Amino acid sequence: MEELNSLMQGFAVALTGQNLLLMIIGILLGVLIGVLPGLGGANGVAILLPLTFSMSPTSAIIMLSCIYWGALFGGAITSILFNIPGEPWSVATTFDGYPMAQQGRAGEALTAAFTSSFVGALAATIMITFLAPLVAKFALKFGPPEFFAVQLLTFCSFIGMSKGHVAKTIASMTLGFSLAAVGLDTVSGQLRMTFGTTELLRGFDFLIAVIGLFGIGEILLSMEEGLAFKGVRAKIDTRIVWQTWKKLPAYWFTSVRAILIGCWMGITPGGATPASFMSYGVAKRISKHPEKFGKGQIEGVIAPETAAHAAGTSALLPMLTLGIPGSPTAAVLLGGLLIWGLQPGPLLFVEHKDFVWGLIASIYLGNIAGLLIVLTTVPWWAAILRIPFSIIAPVIIVICAIGAYTVHNAMLDVVLMMVFGVIGYIFKKLHYPLAPMVLALVLGDMAEASFRQSMLLSQGNMSIFFSNYLVGSIVTLALVLLLWPAPKAINDWNVRRRLRKAPPDEVITE
Amino acid sequence: MEEPNDSSSQRGDSGTYISTHIVEVITALILLCLAALVIYDAVRVGNGWESDGPQAGFYPFYVGLLLGFASLAILVQQFMHRGEDDPVFLAPGQTYHVMAVLLPSCAYVGAIYLLGIYVSSALFLFLFMRWQGKFGLMKTLPISIAVPLIVFLLFDKWFKIALPKGPLEAWLGL
Repeated sequence: MEELNSLMQGFAVALTGQNLLLMIIGILLGVLIGVLPGLGGANGVAILLPLTFSMSPTSAIIMLSCIYWGALFGGAITSILFNIPGEPWSVATTFDGYPMAQQGRAGEALTAAFTSSFVGALAATIMITFLAPLVAKFALKFGPPEFFAVQLLTFCSFIGMSKGHVAKTIASMTLGFSLAAVGLDTVSGQLRMTFGTTELLRGFDFLIAVIGLFGIGEILLSMEEGLAFKGVRAKIDTRIVWQTWKKLPAYWFTSVRAILIGCWMGITPGGATPASFMSYGVAKRISKHPEKFGKGQIEGVIAPETAAHAAGTSALLPMLTLGIPGSPTAAVLLGGLLIWGLQPGPLLFVEHKDFVWGLIASIYLGNIAGLLIVLTTVPWWAAILRIPFSIIAPVIIVICAIGAYTVHNAMLDVVLMMVFGVIGYIFKKLHYPLAPMVLALVLGDMAEASFRQSMLLSQGNMSIFFSNYLVGSIVTLALVLLLWPAPKAINDWNVRRRLRKAPPDEVITE
Repeated sequence: MEEPNDSSSQRGDSGTYISTHIVEVITALILLCLAALVIYDAVRVGNGWESDGPQAGFYPFYVGLLLGFASLAILVQQFMHRGEDDPVFLAPGQTYHVMAVLLPSCAYVGAIYLLGIYVSSALFLFLFMRWQGKFGLMKTLPISIAVPLIVFLLFDKWFKIALPKGPLEAWLGL
């Protein structure tokens, strides 16, 4: 078992005193970020990224990925105790988590949520451990056409699997691509869309977009309600934890289903949020008592939490092996790798073995540490949420401004952050999905580069994308995913034409 | 845009509100303009083929075209559903709350240019908490001094990352 050997070496890397300390700091920061409105996995990691420039890449990624796990755990706390999802992927957790808390079962709900998160993450990590080296080995054979095909697959599956308005998904994505194209074109050396300004030479950094879209946008959204947090007090003691743990094995089938949904949605860039909704929906549909859902059913907590964590974790698989992130947070981590001088992709597994396996080992350790930390520190986090929003909001805005500035030491970025904040706010209110825009901003240059390299290879002949079985089948799969919803959409359209006054669909997207 | 109004009531208010329909249309129009800009620039740098492959504008050209089609589709859809149920985008009270964060934040960003990040953060925190939270000096002063101070120690001293400074720091010789 080559993987197990590598993994053991990874544990040796991750288990140094300094890295363990960074892991715990990362988890604590992550839970804090997850609990606070306006700060989430993606922008939290983006803001803290500059602080890690002086660390070794392995230590830095361990800390940053632990922030991500912490944020995944933290989202559940606000959902269950305050009925306010701290993160978009914990929206589905509020459906049954908050009713449970109202019935005085907050401890049980929290234990179930944390444990399911842990199980989901663990399953996804095991999958990464064994699948990632295979994918990486396979991807070593990839040339530019194959990489473009995989990137195409990413974006097609976004469009095909989007629950919302297809045109809005496409608009959001192409806006991201357009912004990515701004600046110096590396192939021809021409300036694109700079319109004579020197500031735009650098183009738009997606880290700034992430901080604005998810940070400022979220604050504006929360502010709309003139937020007053009203929470349920929670007590977790070992007795409640044991009792809940004894109950959980009975729901193993729900967990397995949630893990499968989560891993699939994480590898294909569906992301944690749709995974949690899908898992909740499936659990409800299959359950013998669907009417009990929404009234404090423990399965209603297990299903979305397991799936969200499994998806959040498996999003790292395509990021590490192909250089294609499966979620906005994975995209930010990918940005970090590039800044530290590591090129994500199959070669990473060959050239930087220590780094990759140190990271994978840290996922195991980080999630164990995370579970223990959140189980023991819940009351603190709940206390933080009792701080009035008019204190938290300006502090978060200050943190976002500093985070945006430090990315390039540029004031223009702080202004852009505010602009992205307004865009994020309006897009969220109009149900434009934000994830495609962020991923397009990250992958835009890469996708264009691999497309143009392919064209150089084939001298402008598009048939290169069907030139062998590998690239041909990926492109075909991409097109199938793209057109997946078409038959249903046509059917829906016909139905809607007949029922002119049908109520508009509730659209839930990240 | 409607006048911000102080009442914090939600939908169903008799006051003016911003309709989702209008915001949808404005957003789609802005996206359409952006698409035109992208296509215009792509044509400028060349969107055709050279002997060795696509020119610099080839890829942006089609991206712009797609963006244009998508925003047109959104516009058409809005037009077709005109007169149907039009949800409230922002009720008057909500507009006030959102503007109460957005405008001070923009002022804060402007202040960073003049005063540096530390002083403007302290001022922003202080004024925001006084005005929005109606907290006493005992709460607002310590927080608005502590946050920039912690940031200073963390960034400037510990991680050696320089943040924008203003006249006060120059005067203090930091």
